Amino acid sequence: MTTAPAPRSAAPALPVPAALSCHDVHVAFDETEALRGVDLHLAAGEWLGLIGPNGAGKSTLLRAIAGLVAHEGTVALDCGRRPSGVDVALVPQIPILPEGMTVAEYALLGRSPHLGWLAVESRRDRRIVSEVLERLELRDFADRPVTHLSGGETQRVVLARALTQQAPILLLDEPTSALDLGHRDAVLELIDTLRRSDGISVIAAMHDLGTAARFADRLALIDRGRIVADGPPRSVLAPGRLSDVYATPLSVHTVEGEIVVLPAPRARKDHQP
Amino acid sequence: MATLPATGETRSATQRAFRLPPSAAAGTLVALAAVALLSATTGAAGLAFGDVLAALVDRLPLVDVDSPLSARQEGILFQIRLPRLVLGMLVGGSLAMAGAAYQGVFRNPLADPYLLGVSAGAGFGAVLALGFGLDVGWGPFDALPAAAFLGALVAVTASAAIARGAWRSPATLLLGGIAMAAFFSAAQTYAIGQLSETRTREVLSWLFGQLSTSGWRQVWILLPYVVICGMIVLLHRRHLDVLRVGDDEARSLGLNPGRARLVVIASASLLTAAAVSVSGLIAFVGLVVPHIVRLLVSHSYRVIVPLSALGGAAFLALVDTGARTLTAPAELPVGVITAFVGAPFFALALWRNARQVAT
Repeated sequence: MTTAPAPRSAAPALPVPAALSCHDVHVAFDETEALRGVDLHLAAGEWLGLIGPNGAGKSTLLRAIAGLVAHEGTVALDCGRRPSGVDVALVPQIPILPEGMTVAEYALLGRSPHLGWLAVESRRDRRIVSEVLERLELRDFADRPVTHLSGGETQRVVLARALTQQAPILLLDEPTSALDLGHRDAVLELIDTLRRSDGISVIAAMHDLGTAARFADRLALIDRGRIVADGPPRSVLAPGRLSDVYATPLSVHTVEGEIVVLPAPRARKDHQP
Repeated sequence: MATLPATGETRSATQRAFRLPPSAAAGTLVALAAVALLSATTGAAGLAFGDVLAALVDRLPLVDVDSPLSARQEGILFQIRLPRLVLGMLVGGSLAMAGAAYQGVFRNPLADPYLLGVSAGAGFGAVLALGFGLDVGWGPFDALPAAAFLGALVAVTASAAIARGAWRSPATLLLGGIAMAAFFSAAQTYAIGQLSETRTREVLSWLFGQLSTSGWRQVWILLPYVVICGMIVLLHRRHLDVLRVGDDEARSLGLNPGRARLVVIASASLLTAAAVSVSGLIAFVGLVVPHIVRLLVSHSYRVIVPLSALGGAAFLALVDTGARTLTAPAELPVGVITAFVGAPFFALALWRNARQVAT
């Protein structure tokens, strides 16, 4: 499937747009500091793109926000509360797909943060799952094992689980790294559509700078555990700064109104005649 | 809210995907009832099917039918066959449920109370209690299950510790279990060697895994554990599904994996220990039954846990009926038959699992 389905209706309970801020967040693994004092604010309804080279701390920041790694400093919603699974839904970079679990069962896991320790899913929880599957055009997949899907289908199923969480903030860790161009854009368009219709805020760590610029309202550039630039895509993607951070010469162009980041032309070692 | 398109069809499709399939639940219950009747009517003293039913109905409160059985037959039915049948069901259900629970928390489809060394640990604890006269009770609670529970907990903790990261490779956990089982078997052999001859025979016959010494007393010993721990495992079946996506994602879904694992392991170990303390070592029930449920019905623990409990009850009651009739008047230890059935099944499951990992 290559086109993003238009959402047919609002979800039963619209998540309230909530903003989130990180203040002086530090994360250390053994001796190495993965995050060294990150300050970040996410406005309600905003798409924030996290960019930066491998190992800069993008995933760690997302995991700190989701409460999966111990950190110093504060991560708080605007109401002052620490976010939990009800507030943020994380789409992991490489999700674990359990053998034999069906798509519907997998999406149902997203209801877990809303349930008490010994509670069992109610009719309402199952209805929410049905509606999310319907919106993501996964209804025909409900009984299929999650391990038997194509890359694009898998990504939609993982997204379905995040949406059944009905969290106002969606954290995406390289959501499309396994997808080809067409499927990548379809998934991102879908997320953007859902964001606009449901008022969700998105923080997405992405490798492809052009794609990140195309979808994000704002970009934050992370380098060695610090945010070194934060602002509108056009201002963050300055060739000098990018070449510095990525340690390779890069040039930034505008093609048909879209930002494109290219490696500087390189001297070829073997010229074709 | 905008109108939803007609999703009745989808709803039923997705709703179906979460529910315990009624046909499977009904099928298992029918199998359980059939096994129960078969077990109650077969044996050295032939009791007719209808007569047994009438005698059972007669025992119901407020119902009065004349039982067609003689006093001797009633004695056989109510004092020998029924307690043994009920005990077999409780033990089978406990072991199968414990197996399903271990498979869930260790994310390992090959986990089983016997293979993890939990049964051996419980057995060692029980031998110590039996052999050294700790056979005392406080009300409904006996020293025997308590000692068995301690042994079981030590064994499962050690197995999991040996196989740090056990949830990554199924093999390491089983190897840890093998080490534990070997250790506890040796300790047990040593302990038995220290006993008097009559004590030794008593302990050995119990160890083989049998339900033949049973009366209602063992049923009453086992029942509270089965009810309480069974309920706890059952209430955690949803968490077992969440754990399948790994600790990290489970945490992002609001589950505390450490706490869930601790509660379920403790309950499953207590279930195993209680079962072992009344029946000795019965292998493979915890492996075979959840696997059959997976193969036939669903991979979701929402379904596996309750159906394994019922299926395990039916399975062990059936096997025990075989144990006491196949070589009549002699009797086979029930553990011998489950091992005969279970070992090839385990080999098959291992082979399938290895193939899945390889591909």
